[in-house]
Amino acid sequence: MSATTSTRPGPPARPAPPRPGRRPAPRPDRKKKSRHVYNLVGVVALLVMAFPVYWLVVSALRPNHEIRSYDQTLWPSSITFDNFKRAIDAPNFGSAIQSSLIICVTAVVGAMLLSTIAAFAIGRFHFTGRKAFMITLLVIQLLPPTAMLIPIYIQLNGLGALNEYWGVIVIYLVSALPFATWMIRGFVINIPKELEESAMVDGCSRMGAFWRVIFPLLAPGLAAASIFSLINAWNEYLLAYVVLQDNDKYTLNVWLMNFTTSRGVDYGALMAASTLIALPVVVFFMFVQKKMASGLTSGAVKG
Amino acid sequence: MSAAETKAPAPPVSVPPPAHHDTPRAAAGRAPRRRAGAYLPYALIAPTVVAIAAVFLWPLVKTVIMSFQDVGRRELWTGQAAEWVGFEQFTNILGDGEFWDVVWRTVLFMVACVVATMGVGLLLAQAMQRMSTWIRLALTAALVAAWSMPLLVATSIFRWFADSDYGVVNMVLTKYLGLDFRGHNWWIDPKQGFLIIAAVVIWGAIPFVTITLYAALTQVPRELEEAAALDGAGAFGVFRYVTWPVIKPVFQMVATLSVIWDFNVFGQVFLMRGNEPEPEYSLLGIYSFEKAFESNSFSQGAAISLITVLLLSGVAVYYLRQLLKIGEVE
Repeated sequence: MSATTSTRPGPPARPAPPRPGRRPAPRPDRKKKSRHVYNLVGVVALLVMAFPVYWLVVSALRPNHEIRSYDQTLWPSSITFDNFKRAIDAPNFGSAIQSSLIICVTAVVGAMLLSTIAAFAIGRFHFTGRKAFMITLLVIQLLPPTAMLIPIYIQLNGLGALNEYWGVIVIYLVSALPFATWMIRGFVINIPKELEESAMVDGCSRMGAFWRVIFPLLAPGLAAASIFSLINAWNEYLLAYVVLQDNDKYTLNVWLMNFTTSRGVDYGALMAASTLIALPVVVFFMFVQKKMASGLTSGAVKG
Repeated sequence: MSAAETKAPAPPVSVPPPAHHDTPRAAAGRAPRRRAGAYLPYALIAPTVVAIAAVFLWPLVKTVIMSFQDVGRRELWTGQAAEWVGFEQFTNILGDGEFWDVVWRTVLFMVACVVATMGVGLLLAQAMQRMSTWIRLALTAALVAAWSMPLLVATSIFRWFADSDYGVVNMVLTKYLGLDFRGHNWWIDPKQGFLIIAAVVIWGAIPFVTITLYAALTQVPRELEEAAALDGAGAFGVFRYVTWPVIKPVFQMVATLSVIWDFNVFGQVFLMRGNEPEPEYSLLGIYSFEKAFESNSFSQGAAISLITVLLLSGVAVYYLRQLLKIGEVE
């Protein structure tokens, strides 16, 4: 039994893959006809859901004169990387990548450290206040982020953290904690207590047992939790928009707003830049999508 | 693998298998013997507790305090003590007709989005069960791709769809449906504007709802459905008496989350309207943000946030009770 498959063994952990065993048994003709109807529904839904993503990529590769034309076509007449070039050459692209990386990576690493030890505590020990702590983790995630923005802004202002990376890092780090703790706990409770005990019988200290036995088994859980946190931090823009004021401190998302000016929108460059920003998210998301569904319903809420 | 396999038939949204809960109890049994370790769990959660208290609980308290004060630009920049004003902020807000307009707009928008998302999600999930495998796989891939689009990016795409000069929507309506939408501006009439905003919200929410409901549907025993059909139940009867009871907990959970998320919609409106939404586009979150950061009345903004939190707390309690009922918090 590998740790990957045993994550939170609840069924939604594996929503997507087709279950051959569940396929409807062969039915009479009537059923066959209705199968076509469902297929049609599927194809229509597929087109609706995929079209915006398709449009994003195609527009990024389209020559600009086609973008600023009344007759939009489904296929671009030619493929060009001009839009990407304009996006990359836009001021502060480099510093925006740097800001995003510094902020997100620091926040995620910090969040993983704190949430792993907290998750270990609630997954392994039965102590007074444990349930209250867990419920608090859930409640916090239901708080509207915009409602928290005002006091957090004032607090950061008081601490002199406006326009500083560390202000944003602290907020991102703590915002990731409830979700990550909840998720890693799911992995902790699936690691047999006996493994740890036998390590301790063999002479490990509790810390030794944790680092040598539990921690390696938690690796998939940590990977998943850190990808989630990374995606959330990467996608956040409002706090960064409010807190960071210098052009060269903007994160990618705030930088992206530069393409939308009051004089008009450079859609070609905007789509190219959006593609660049979304690409890492899509790639990482593919890895953890299955756990996302179960994570969200089982209490690790993130809006 | 075996552990996960044997648990597959359990009802959805992971009713946690009892076996796993032996672990904490085992630890508890040992507690008296290991006195020194009694404080260990508290030490382990301490950093998280402190961090959360500082970044979530304190601001929440601060919101309450601020909404009984008058914090403006001056108090913010000089650090001068803010004046206590009692319930003045609340009486001002609740007496303001615009506030109630915003509340109704928010509720209406939320209901419309939730109903559409849940309806489409449920139908799509059911259709997914019955369509050919390869179409289902392709659809799943499309859902995941849509799901992974950052909100900012998705909003930019939809904003462009609705562009008055170069937008696809106008072009399709004019060219293929024979309507005159050339140069039509979708944002002049907020009703039409909210149609675009709802579209991006619903499009973004459908993947999670559909994939989760589909996972729940796969837990419905096929034999029961067939038996019900043999006994003469129609398609609706089978759904009502066999399928629905199984997927109900998941459906409620997803619906509750959707209510909370759609009530708090902020970014889609904010970004669609170029970071400065017109008053007609105010939802509660936007309204509070503008009061605080545009009008520099941080106390008003905080009071509105507090009212929002109170309005949502009922839904949140319902959600927590659901979680406690299915034994998720054990």
